[in-house]
Amino acid sequence: MQTVRNAFKSSLPVLAGYLVLGAGFGMMMKAAGYSPFWALAMSVFVYAGSMQYAAVGLLSGGASLVTLALTTLMVNARHLFYGISMLEPYRKAGAAKPYLIFALTDETYSLVCDGRRSVRECLLLSLFDQLYWVAGSVAGALLGEVVPFSTQGVDFALTALFLTVFTDQWLHSKTHFPALCGAGVSAVCLAVFGPDRFLLPAMAGITALLLAGSLGQKQDTRKEVTPDE
Amino acid sequence: MNDPLYLAAAVAVMALVTAALRFAPFLLLGGRRTPRLAVYLGRVFPCATVGMLVVYGLKDLSFAGAGGFVPQLLAGALVVASYLWKRNSLLSIVGGTAFYMVLVQTVF
Repeated sequence: MQTVRNAFKSSLPVLAGYLVLGAGFGMMMKAAGYSPFWALAMSVFVYAGSMQYAAVGLLSGGASLVTLALTTLMVNARHLFYGISMLEPYRKAGAAKPYLIFALTDETYSLVCDGRRSVRECLLLSLFDQLYWVAGSVAGALLGEVVPFSTQGVDFALTALFLTVFTDQWLHSKTHFPALCGAGVSAVCLAVFGPDRFLLPAMAGITALLLAGSLGQKQDTRKEVTPDE
Repeated sequence: MNDPLYLAAAVAVMALVTAALRFAPFLLLGGRRTPRLAVYLGRVFPCATVGMLVVYGLKDLSFAGAGGFVPQLLAGALVVASYLWKRNSLLSIVGGTAFYMVLVQTVF
């Protein structure tokens, strides 16, 4: 029971963000003329927020399957980082492992990536988060724009979540090089490549800089191909 | 396009590519022993990636007018400062978001 309570409490920031952003996605699907079934199917099987938003326009335009695959690849490439971070924490996750991996969204990742939670708690958190997302999408797709008050700006909840995780990690880390590298390289790439294209160069730059940093520390690092190339 | 076959195929493609990205590290590097380089990256990626996500969350900042960046910076500062003070993430997120919503809906 304690685990359930902890997982639920940790998921509350995501609850607010996912219900509203999920509803936003559902409303877009409804406005584009799709039945709630498709919003539900995407939130259950694709479960990747920014890609689902992008998909509404792509689907209405009748984008080819190849275009959809390539767009998904580019928008979601950052998920490669999540898998690498969770290799060790999820190593002994047993039967829950496939779902834990499937459910690694930005927000769930930011909650489990410190590796301090038990597998059971991670599983509950992952389930709660997806439930919020699915519930939001279906509600939005069924109801359309009937929210009685303005929710403009509520998506800041997810940025705020990342900021608290960033601050918490900063307080718990001995070295700040990875945090500075991640934020710094991304900011530079955002300025250079713009908001729609900065993620891939940022990922490449962060990986290169972190690897260079490890070579600076010790020289016995084995040569291995990085998995995201 | 509203053809159910097309939609089903489209959802399947997006689901498969997304899952492939999430599963790839485990399939490629999840053998009996994690390669040392992957262990190192796994240790440093959480901090680096959350740094990237912070920038990702703020990617639509615009410096063309005050409304494009002042609310984000003020609310972001409130989130960090309140977290440093109380160490309560829910409080910081709810407070920061409410403050941001007031700023974008009434002030800017």
